[in-house]
Amino acid sequence: MKVVVDFDKCESNAVCMGIAPEVFEVRDDDFLYILQEEPDESLRPKVEEAARMCPKLAITIEG
Amino acid sequence: MESIAVVGASLAGLRAVETLRREGFDGRLTLIGAENHLPYDRPPLSKVMLAGGWDESNLSLRTNPYDDLDLDLRLGTRASGLDLDPARRAVLLDGGDRVQADGILLATGSQARTMDGLPGHELDGVCTLRTVDDARDIAARLDASPRVVVVGAGFIGSEVAATCRGRGLDVTVLEALPQPMVRGLGPMLGAVCAQLHRDHGVDLHLGAGVEGFEGDGRVERVRLVDGRTIDADLVVVGIGVVPATDWLEGSGLTLDNGVVCDATLRAAPGVVAAGDVCRWPNPLFDGELMRLEHWTNAAEQGVAAALRLVRAGPDEAGAEPFAPVPFVWSDQYDVKIQSAGRFTGEDEVAIVHGTTEEYRFVALFGRAGRLIGALAFSRPRNLMQYRRMIFERASFAAALEHAHAAS
Ligand SMILES: Cc1cc2nc3c(=O)[nH]c(=O)nc-3n(C[C@H](O)[C@H](O)[C@H](O)COP(=O)(O)OP(=O)(O)OC[C@H]3O[C@@H](n4cnc5c(N)ncnc54)[C@H](O)[C@@H]3O)c2cc1C
Ligand code: SF4
Repeated sequence: MKVVVDFDKCESNAVCMGIAPEVFEVRDDDFLYILQEEPDESLRPKVEEAARMCPKLAITIEG
Repeated sequence: MESIAVVGASLAGLRAVETLRREGFDGRLTLIGAENHLPYDRPPLSKVMLAGGWDESNLSLRTNPYDDLDLDLRLGTRASGLDLDPARRAVLLDGGDRVQADGILLATGSQARTMDGLPGHELDGVCTLRTVDDARDIAARLDASPRVVVVGAGFIGSEVAATCRGRGLDVTVLEALPQPMVRGLGPMLGAVCAQLHRDHGVDLHLGAGVEGFEGDGRVERVRLVDGRTIDADLVVVGIGVVPATDWLEGSGLTLDNGVVCDATLRAAPGVVAAGDVCRWPNPLFDGELMRLEHWTNAAEQGVAAALRLVRAGPDEAGAEPFAPVPFVWSDQYDVKIQSAGRFTGEDEVAIVHGTTEEYRFVALFGRAGRLIGALAFSRPRNLMQYRRMIFERASFAAALEHAHAAS
């Protein structure tokens, strides 16, 4: 699984970080960082939920 | 369960049908929506969509094709009632059709509260903002550089004011209360919201009750209760929303500021509700009856209500309570306002992670020693950490400690 964020859409509201902090982090500079681009399968449910709950539909999961 | 009907084709209804298909439900799935549009996103309507450069492709709520969902899609169709008899459970449609369904999910959302009782409410140029059609209408009017009067300094009114100021328009905001959102935020934070508007050149009137609208066919001024008048070419009324339950009167469901459900979102056997229309006791807040009017809730609850329909099983053993931490955001000027939890102006409050003067801070709310809420101005990272702490029922002291350790 590969996590892709469309940074043109992302508005750094950190919703994804609230759901999957292992993968997404909004830092004090207000930018979103992807901590693991290819997270372990065990994180799939959380990453999928983050993608579903992203208010900007900025997250896609490949594979 | 062989057939499911979802009433209301917006965020909650869409996330519900997506969830049902993901869960492997392969029966007939009907999605009924009064508007003539596929589900679309409302938050941009008061933000980028009014800012100029209207682009409706930004409004889609789905990246994959609708065909994947194999829906019996009934757009431009209003439901007029329910038949709850378990032997012939159905949604009744305007015009007399019935949609037979073993399971029914109610997601009819809310509609803008109007000022229809006031003189002049029918004048051209007195508007509310709820739908994409409303937004298109208001956006077109903004092109003529009107003097804008916004009634109500809640989230939507404040966003409209901010967006209009961004376009350089003259904006007056009329708020009946002594401070914006004073009931929810308390006087101190209400004053911060007021100052934010004033810093950006809004003419803000507090404690200003509206008596009516005046003009010759088109609105020309707003009359206040104290007799003053304010010139206006466009009035946007943003005084809150009411749940869309009119069509459910007499259906047998309990209606009281929304469709009243149990903690698992069930309204009646075979019937669940989600989104702005749903009122349910949230176990995370001692079973307080809540009706939330926010995006994240509609998305989360649409998923939860759908799962409840297909997973509960005949003996209801699989029904789980829905216990989220409420979350809402609002974008005003260059400030990202976010709130988590459930609090009022009466709760204990502490400002951390910055100051109100710089519009960058977190306000923590405590009640009976527990962290029950957080409001952030442009502090998304911190806010999300507190949202998690609220979920974990952290103490107020622990939240303060977390804040001090971080700074
Ligand atoms: C301008 C604006 C800005 C917003 N900004 C934010 C924001 O920044 N952050 C945030 O958290 N939230 C925001 N919201 C709130 C958020 O959009 C709502 O909470 C969300 O849309 C609720 O989704 P829903 O599916 O429950 O209901 P709705 O979106 O209200 O949709 C309900 C649908 O059901 C249809 N319907 C109603 N009655 C019937 C019937 N009898 N038969 C068939 N169909 C029917 C309606 O036509 C409508 O399409 C905003 C809302 C607006 C209007
Ligand atoms: S939830 Fe979406 S918009 Fe928000 S920070 Fe994550 S990717 Fe960006």
